[in-house]
Amino acid sequence: MTDAAPIKVRFRFTKLGKIRFTSHRDVARMWERALRRSLLPVALSQGFSPHPLLSFGLALPTGCESLGEYLDVRLEEASFDPSVIPELPELLSGLLPTGIDVQAAAVMSMAEGSLQQEVASCDWELEVLDVIGEELEARIERMLAAPTLTVARERKGRPTEDDIRPAILTLVPVRVDGSEQGEHPIGRIRASLATHPRGARPSDVLSALGTDVVLAKACRTHQWIERDGARFEPLSVSGLATDPIVEHAQGRAS
Amino acid sequence: METLWPKIERLLLDVTKPARYIGGEQGAQTPEHGPGKVAWLLVYPDTYEIGLPNQGLQILYEILNERPDAVAERSYAPWTDMEAAMRKAGIPLFSVDQHVAARDFDVIAFNLSAELVYTNVVNLIDLAEVPLHAVDRGPGDPLVMAGGHCAFNPEPLADFVDAFVLGDGEEVVSEINVALAEWLAQPVETRDRQELRLSLAGIEGVYVPALYESTYDESGRLVGTFPVVPSVPSEVAKRTVLDLADWPYPSHPLVPLTEVVHDRLNVEVFRGCTRGCRFCQAGMITRPVRERPAEQVKEMVRAGLEWSGHNEVTLTSLSTADFSGIENTVRDIIDDPVNGGRVSVSLPSLRVDAFTVATAAQIQKVRRTGLTFAPEGGTWRMRQVINKLITEEDLYGAVDSAFSQGWRRVKLYFLIGLPTERDEDVLGIAELGRRCVEIGRKYTKAITVTASVGGFVPKPHTPFQWFGQDTVAELERKVVLLREAAKTTKGLTIRWHDPSASAAEGLASRGDRRMGAVVERVWQAGGTFQEWSERFDLRLWEAALEAEGLSFDEVAYRDRGEHEPLPWDHISAGLHRDFLWGDWTDALAEAGVEDCRWTPCYDCGACTGLGLEHVVASPIPPAGGSQGTGQGLELGGRIPVRLMGTADRARAESTA
Repeated sequence: MTDAAPIKVRFRFTKLGKIRFTSHRDVARMWERALRRSLLPVALSQGFSPHPLLSFGLALPTGCESLGEYLDVRLEEASFDPSVIPELPELLSGLLPTGIDVQAAAVMSMAEGSLQQEVASCDWELEVLDVIGEELEARIERMLAAPTLTVARERKGRPTEDDIRPAILTLVPVRVDGSEQGEHPIGRIRASLATHPRGARPSDVLSALGTDVVLAKACRTHQWIERDGARFEPLSVSGLATDPIVEHAQGRAS
Repeated sequence: METLWPKIERLLLDVTKPARYIGGEQGAQTPEHGPGKVAWLLVYPDTYEIGLPNQGLQILYEILNERPDAVAERSYAPWTDMEAAMRKAGIPLFSVDQHVAARDFDVIAFNLSAELVYTNVVNLIDLAEVPLHAVDRGPGDPLVMAGGHCAFNPEPLADFVDAFVLGDGEEVVSEINVALAEWLAQPVETRDRQELRLSLAGIEGVYVPALYESTYDESGRLVGTFPVVPSVPSEVAKRTVLDLADWPYPSHPLVPLTEVVHDRLNVEVFRGCTRGCRFCQAGMITRPVRERPAEQVKEMVRAGLEWSGHNEVTLTSLSTADFSGIENTVRDIIDDPVNGGRVSVSLPSLRVDAFTVATAAQIQKVRRTGLTFAPEGGTWRMRQVINKLITEEDLYGAVDSAFSQGWRRVKLYFLIGLPTERDEDVLGIAELGRRCVEIGRKYTKAITVTASVGGFVPKPHTPFQWFGQDTVAELERKVVLLREAAKTTKGLTIRWHDPSASAAEGLASRGDRRMGAVVERVWQAGGTFQEWSERFDLRLWEAALEAEGLSFDEVAYRDRGEHEPLPWDHISAGLHRDFLWGDWTDALAEAGVEDCRWTPCYDCGACTGLGLEHVVASPIPPAGGSQGTGQGLELGGRIPVRLMGTADRARAESTA
């Protein structure tokens, strides 16, 4: 921690298009460079090797898109003018690569918990190749009816087996006109997956759906904080469409 | 111009590090192709993370894209998993900028920074769906070019490359573009590739191997490589940019989206080196020294940091601590308020002296973890042979200074397999390491010394080009000897390069035109990415050599005589053959020579004919002597170095 009192600014941003193939760490480095270029007074850690105090939310798997990623940045209060906050999304979007658009920025209370702890679940839109229609519906039904769903995963470099059934909050097939045709028809699924205590990732859902299922695309559409029985986004964006599918289509068109 | 992106993106969920294939870096360009524009695909024949930072490629990328009659995009060697997926899906080599097929470019130009990438070059030509051999290409096929340090012995790739560029590329690339534009303006059916060859060969610094023929005597030894048409020179000379100040490139360096090597700003402070280390090809072929004005260096650092958001800059050259006034330049960069007071500067090559360590201490206020020195030879005798005149006092002084100022790790670079080497020279490495550990222990127990040992490979256009390199077995014996000797010293670690990779590198470095068939066979047997230890396989090279009736003994392990024709005799780096031979005999006599920036000219040939001398910013030789050799250069200035003229200075100031 630095001596001057820091303030916490939360950013919400997208990760869409080609940039989805960069990793969580890559995105962290992009932000570090963009913030340096923005000349915002980012607070630095103390110690031998000072680094900027950035705190990212749950890692987005490489290859997945997102409509709502979050980042908390500590800024030095003494040299930061909070009235510039409304200008920050545009400023930072200009300094970040195509596909990373900063949608919102807001000062958060320092008492607010970290994104890692607070986000309880994420909504996903998944696209799979060749498994469509009734076949897809039947497989999803079987999955949801199963008392346990054991998938092979890796934890700390070691292979383990986990039951992901408790982490699957909802799993719904979605029919979209036209997508189920062509050489490789696409089946769509909307999923809500818990993050704690053992969260599930899109790849886990895919392995539970069947070994023949190929993921074409995955997009994290929402992240949710749950408090006192209500759920809300870490930072909402005014004017966003409520239907994630519609919203997603718009995002990719840009 | 069709983009392959929709096909490519389908592969990317299943390959490692997919960000290598997406482009979109800051500084990446998406130029519009079209008639009247020569389309260049600049290819680095190794992985993206190795190739992206390459400055030569970035410089040409900018220069070409600034021309109204050229477009340039980039490509890198896809890793084996991606290549397999591409071949399976029928996707050819593509540019990362706009994902255009390599065949849709007019020129595919390779950067040759290391010899072991040759099999990758062949693989990438094949992946580009271009006929592998230059002789089989027609009027509609792209031109395959190559440049970079390895082009100074172009023969091992002569079968595959239409034209090589020797030396600095900044000027010649535009001349080539003009020649190509003219040829491409003709309808495909009337284009004559021989006409293009002749036109390119007329450009200084361009070597067109199809216009030359190698002949051999009955015993299979090379007689020479001679022109087959009268209009081309019997010796092709390299290009030299006279004034780096004219070329402040890259001006918008690429900022990668994913992890790469050297992920920081790089600013080249000078080109060439006159230190005269006899094993160093780069130091020989890039002469003379041409410094960038200090003001321009500072301006490029300032602009580059602002552009990239990096907080670290490397001042690059072959021996940056020898840049005139380096201390002031570094201090100015660190103190420049525009740089935010948070920039760290790194010098890639430290001189071995306490004085340099003091400079390093000044610039590495934080993260004072490791310092690297390169004594290269284990004994004073050995260092005289290779002309790296560092005394033990210099080294111990530097190491003492480093440990006393808080560094905990010291890394020392050495070569083994050097000419005249005896076991005592190899054992000297362990002894130097032991003494360094001892010095460190005076300050704290928690220090380590690493001696990193490479097998020496003699390179063309150096005084050691006549030397028969050590066999794999001999290098292995020396590594064992060294490891045994170092065993008893706690805190001393010996690291070494695979001796068998040095053998293969020797083939590719000094082979003649017949080596092309060997490279092709190794590629056919699956031998790509031979620079990567997990992929390198000596057996592929042994089998290929045998199939072609060649041997390691003949190509790599044999000493050459003074008058024996060498495969690169028709290529000139400006160095006189009698200078190199004289330097070779001096080496055998254990006699060193001083840095010619500050002492009389040895007439190596590099300056002759160019009408210039070394361009330096200050007449005062560096304190402690060049490279910390303690050569007593207090008389510096008695020889005619060309000081930056008033015009240079005025320009430097105007760019400030």
